[in-house]
Amino acid sequence: MRIVDRLSRAPWIWSWFAAFLVWFATIMVTGGASTLGLSQAALTFAAFSIIVGIGQMFVITLGPGNIDLSIPATMTLAGTVALKLMDVDNAMILPGLVTAILIGIGVGIANYALIKALRIPPIIATLSMSFIVQSAAIWTNRGLRIKPPSFLADFTTSTALGVPNVSLVALVISLIAWFLLEKTVYGRWISAIGQSMPAARMAGVPVDGTRFVTYVLSAVLASLAGYLLACFSGGAALNMGTEYLLMSIAVVVLGGTAVAGGDSNVPGIWGASLFMFLVVSMLNTYGLGAGIRLIMTGLIIISVIMLAGGRRPGVR
Amino acid sequence: MKLTPSADAIRLAIPALSLAVLLAAVFWLQPRAMSYIGLNLLFNLAVPIALATIAQMLIMSVNDLDLAMGTFVSFVACVAATFLRDEPLVGILILAGGVCIYAVLGVVIHLRGLPSIVVSLGMSFVWAGLAVLLLPAPGGQAPEWVRSLMTMKPPVAPMAIVASVVIAVVAHLIVMRSSLGVLIRGIGGNQRSVERAGWSVLAARAAAYGLAGVFAVLAGIALVGLTTSADANIALRYTLLSIAGVILGGGEFIGGRVSPIGAVIGALTLTLAGSFLSFLRISPDWQIGAQGAILIIVLALRLLLNRLENREKRR
Repeated sequence: MRIVDRLSRAPWIWSWFAAFLVWFATIMVTGGASTLGLSQAALTFAAFSIIVGIGQMFVITLGPGNIDLSIPATMTLAGTVALKLMDVDNAMILPGLVTAILIGIGVGIANYALIKALRIPPIIATLSMSFIVQSAAIWTNRGLRIKPPSFLADFTTSTALGVPNVSLVALVISLIAWFLLEKTVYGRWISAIGQSMPAARMAGVPVDGTRFVTYVLSAVLASLAGYLLACFSGGAALNMGTEYLLMSIAVVVLGGTAVAGGDSNVPGIWGASLFMFLVVSMLNTYGLGAGIRLIMTGLIIISVIMLAGGRRPGVR
Repeated sequence: MKLTPSADAIRLAIPALSLAVLLAAVFWLQPRAMSYIGLNLLFNLAVPIALATIAQMLIMSVNDLDLAMGTFVSFVACVAATFLRDEPLVGILILAGGVCIYAVLGVVIHLRGLPSIVVSLGMSFVWAGLAVLLLPAPGGQAPEWVRSLMTMKPPVAPMAIVASVVIAVVAHLIVMRSSLGVLIRGIGGNQRSVERAGWSVLAARAAAYGLAGVFAVLAGIALVGLTTSADANIALRYTLLSIAGVILGGGEFIGGRVSPIGAVIGALTLTLAGSFLSFLRISPDWQIGAQGAILIIVLALRLLLNRLENREKRR
């Protein structure tokens, strides 16, 4: 009983529970015929939300007002530039990856420079930055759709032992993120800043350095997700990042990370990302139209947050 | 110094100054804009944005944020272009229902202590879905009276300017002068002390959300009056535009520090930035980027003026 009790207090358990419920409801309808296919698709598509969600989670943990709105634009720019550079050449995969990461670092630095130097609230700073980054993507892309190198295209769309490769990448990133958060001083610093910035500063936490690294990390993860997504979908599109703006925020919050900051968890991101994809595919399986599907998605998000939010009113 | 302007006035001076500078730049680039028709064209689309900005400002004054503003305004536009024209009574009922849902959201957010960002995120899917159900493809038609109201040609100043002034004055009276407005801003400042003083925080928050719903409904109707037809995605940009407008106008995310007049000026500045860029003949690729740059420059200007003001004070 003690294990059940402890599990039910874990903030991430609810998103896993909801994801499982939806998964079960979907395969019941199809009579279990599509179990493997559905699970693989869910893991694949959730992988992208997981990668950007982890970056967003680090930023949100920094405390109220911290949010990264430049994620979609960074994804688009990194995807377009990397594919253009690689130009269907397998030998250029590594330079392409490095370029994507450099773009992420650049955007992250610019984001934090705006926040710090101009004292702009992070929402507005990353929003203005995303306009500029999006313009840069439009300028480099020019409506061209360059195919990814064949090796990358195969890698992102195939599976290893039945598990999609991209979800393995997401798993590695999640493990690193979990280690950073739980086992390193840096992770403690983020939580400390999120709980109270003045207190963290008094305690000698390098507040500026930590925030700077966090914004860079978020942008790098976004650029990595953009790189993988562009290869997965057979080319970069200018709108490929759009849905990840709301998605990255939704998975963080549904995963049980405190919106007020200072309290984050990685497993919840996985549950919430799988849940978000499975809800859409469940409603698709039931044959509902786009309108009804959107309404249901919204209502489910609200009911999940009401259930999870009301459960621990006193516990911070 | 004898004449010391109030903090509110200084808060307002910076947005007003940025708008004036931008307007001067536009006139310098294109002197023909300095006319009745020119001004109307420049600021036409500012009216719905200003209304949406006021709505967002009301929500921000209780320390919340509405990420569903764009989809709600789109939904209202779809209702206005279909039901409000064909069956006015049903249309009015639907829109009143929308306002009620906003008030209920305020109640729910308060009672359960939910993060407004997530609740409004969920609602944004709901409004988008409803809008798609109403108008699966772009279409519909604006009601005659809305169309004629928005294209009215009042003497002296063009409709866009007159409407902006009216919006600013009405919002100022509600938010800054009425006791309800003080209460709403008080929740943003210090919720507990408002509670201790014997006010119902629940009712005030519901009122703030309900009022925001009313202004958002007006924004949707005004938008349809200008565009004549609607689309489920017509106003998606409004979520971010309205937040940027409030901040440009000197508002802040927390603490109940907002300025309705500033918010309208912020919305006008954002609209004008678009026209300014097309006058500059910047390549369309960089239009969005330049808009971001203008946002940054205005905020940098605000920081600079704040610093100067602080130095004055210390002297």
